[in-house]
Amino acid sequence: MAGSPVQVTGTVLTTRRVDAYHALTVVAPGIADRCRPGHFVTASVGGPNTSMLTRRAFAVHDVKPDYGGTVELVFGVRGPGTAWLADLRARDTLDLVGPLGRPFPLPRDPCTCVLVGGEYGSASLFALADALQARGCRVDFVLGAPSADRVFGALRARRMGETTTLTTEDGSLGMRGKVTDVLPGVIADARADAVYACGPMDMLRGVTAVAVEFDIPVQVAVEERMACGIGVCMTCVLPVIGDDGVTRMVRACTDGPAFRGERVRFEDVGTIPFDALGAPGGRHA
Amino acid sequence: MELPNPVLTASGCGGTGRELAQFSDVARLGAFTTRSITMAPRAGRPTPRMAETPSGLLNAVGLQGPGVDAFLQHELPWLVERGTRIVVSIGGGTAAEYAALARRLADVPGITAIEVNLSCPNIEDRGRVFAREGSAAAEVIASVRAATRYDVPVIAKLSPDVADVVAVARACVDGGADALAMINTPVGMSIDVDTMRPALAAGTGGLSGPAVRPLAVRCVWQVHAALPGVPIVGMGGVTTGRDALELILAGACAVAVGTALFNDPYACPRILRELEELLQRRGLDRLADAVGLAHRPAGSQQRTRTDLEESSL
Ligand SMILES: Cc1cc2nc3c(=O)[nH]c(=O)nc-3n(C[C@H](O)[C@H](O)[C@H](O)COP(=O)(O)OP(=O)(O)OC[C@H]3O[C@@H](n4cnc5c(N)ncnc54)[C@H](O)[C@@H]3O)c2cc1C
Ligand SMILES: Cc1cc2nc3c(=O)[nH]c(=O)nc-3n(C[C@H](O)[C@H](O)[C@H](O)COP(=O)(O)O)c2cc1C
Ligand code: FES
Repeated sequence: MAGSPVQVTGTVLTTRRVDAYHALTVVAPGIADRCRPGHFVTASVGGPNTSMLTRRAFAVHDVKPDYGGTVELVFGVRGPGTAWLADLRARDTLDLVGPLGRPFPLPRDPCTCVLVGGEYGSASLFALADALQARGCRVDFVLGAPSADRVFGALRARRMGETTTLTTEDGSLGMRGKVTDVLPGVIADARADAVYACGPMDMLRGVTAVAVEFDIPVQVAVEERMACGIGVCMTCVLPVIGDDGVTRMVRACTDGPAFRGERVRFEDVGTIPFDALGAPGGRHA
Repeated sequence: MELPNPVLTASGCGGTGRELAQFSDVARLGAFTTRSITMAPRAGRPTPRMAETPSGLLNAVGLQGPGVDAFLQHELPWLVERGTRIVVSIGGGTAAEYAALARRLADVPGITAIEVNLSCPNIEDRGRVFAREGSAAAEVIASVRAATRYDVPVIAKLSPDVADVVAVARACVDGGADALAMINTPVGMSIDVDTMRPALAAGTGGLSGPAVRPLAVRCVWQVHAALPGVPIVGMGGVTTGRDALELILAGACAVAVGTALFNDPYACPRILRELEELLQRRGLDRLADAVGLAHRPAGSQQRTRTDLEESSL
């Protein structure tokens, strides 16, 4: 692991709106210098006497060396926790734990990678693109969302990527449709060697199916409901096939969030597959 | 059972120990309590397994775990090597299964105590949990006690979801329990009003966190009043040193920390530090002086037993 996680009481440096999202830059030395692409952090929400007991997980969008190290988070308001975060102002404090999870593995040799982001999922792809390009890889982007205001990072993708293809379901930006509609063309044109994807589970399933069709490796970063983020509560599990061919209910927070796409049993997420290790009435290997 | 300090982790809330060790030394805990170990590997319940409620957490993990063999091979040795005091929690579907688990653990060195999670469905009683009924709980405890080395204490973990927690506690002690742990999570439920479906895949789940602390304080209070000589490990919503002290004043001689670890992975050493400061400020040199202290009559320094009415109505 790239350094063990720490808890930091950070100070909010800047807040900004980016279309449908909020971006929060937090001074968090100790977390920033340990972050690798694909890592996430968790934030305690609601202040000191909060009634919200569980931390909220966010991908690290950007890491900068300023003020000893800052991390930037990008999020949409979903419920009370993200609403509280959206009200934070510069100089407020924010309690973070990180870096958490298993980051994206990087290819050993230069190759061509397609990076697919759905909604705010693209937030974690730019640090990845940086790392890939530093290794001499070619990077192509495919970003999508239901509507234009929910496509995150299109400008930056255009600056960094060899090509950038955008999709929206309502046609308000780029091609009308989903990322999976355009992905086969992008993979074929770029002669891509690998795919990385981050976004909603449905999208990850579709992207994996396309990559499998092309017989190229695919890394997906999954999102599951998490109570702890550090691997102790066992609430964030999903069925993943191990090296030994056995399906286990593994923790998204510590065994992931990055997995090899073809190993994730997307059809069975939210269930205990009958052949999973320890499934009721199943195999007790 | 001698522990270096009175702050433990609660079963099912500290992972394998390795995860917490990234933040602080597990050997400095009063003890590390394992998740409830079962005979066979268990995949647990489907997701979503958690829902946040006001100052609480609902969970339905369903005792996911590797089974006793993998536990003894991959998890326990790591804890033993670090010099951790280890409370092994066990769970089963029949008294015989609990006894078989206790036998598997009997020859294993390094186990400080066995905690019996009685909030498991009794296969032979239409899935009613053992903790709901004194005789079922006592049968399990007696079979575990008989299979466990004499110098390893057996702790009965009780549920607040009973009409008379004192009756179950007494039955467990009569069955051979050396100590009691309370409370396990009461069963709760939450419905997502947007999807108009239960928030948890399992429908119901166990409620933990500060939301249940008054329940824990009441259970510890009643049991300590009835069985003042029996050591109690108190738990349920302990988040600060003050919370720990509250359970100790009610009659617990140690506390366990569960849900608070999810928000603060350093919770155990912090709570211990806060508790020590609070005791000192109150002029209590020894923790033992504080145990059950709230039972003394108002205005007196004497410790006498106070019974609580069964109902507050
Ligand atoms: C590894 C990871 C990375 C993430 N990165 C981002 C990101 O970069 N930007 C972003 O906007 N969101 C991200 N999320 C989702 C984000 O964690 C949720 O939107 C947030 O927890 C919702 O909190 P809330 O209080 O607003 O909503 P509520 O729905 O009220 O939350 C209630 C509870 O459910 C949990 N929860 C609800 N939805 C999710 C979810 N999708 N994932 C995990 N826990 C959830 C919360 O932690 C909380 O305990 C990420 C999730 C994970 C697991
Ligand atoms: C996610 C989770 C898993 C748990 N797993 C177990 C378990 O395996 N065995 C057990 O006896 N109690 C289990 N518990 C109950 C706790 O040990 C504890 O009794 C309860 O949560 C109250 O303490 P708390 O409010 O500090 O969490 C679990 C609780 C939670 C939240
Ligand atoms: S969120 Fe707790 S184990 Fe993954």
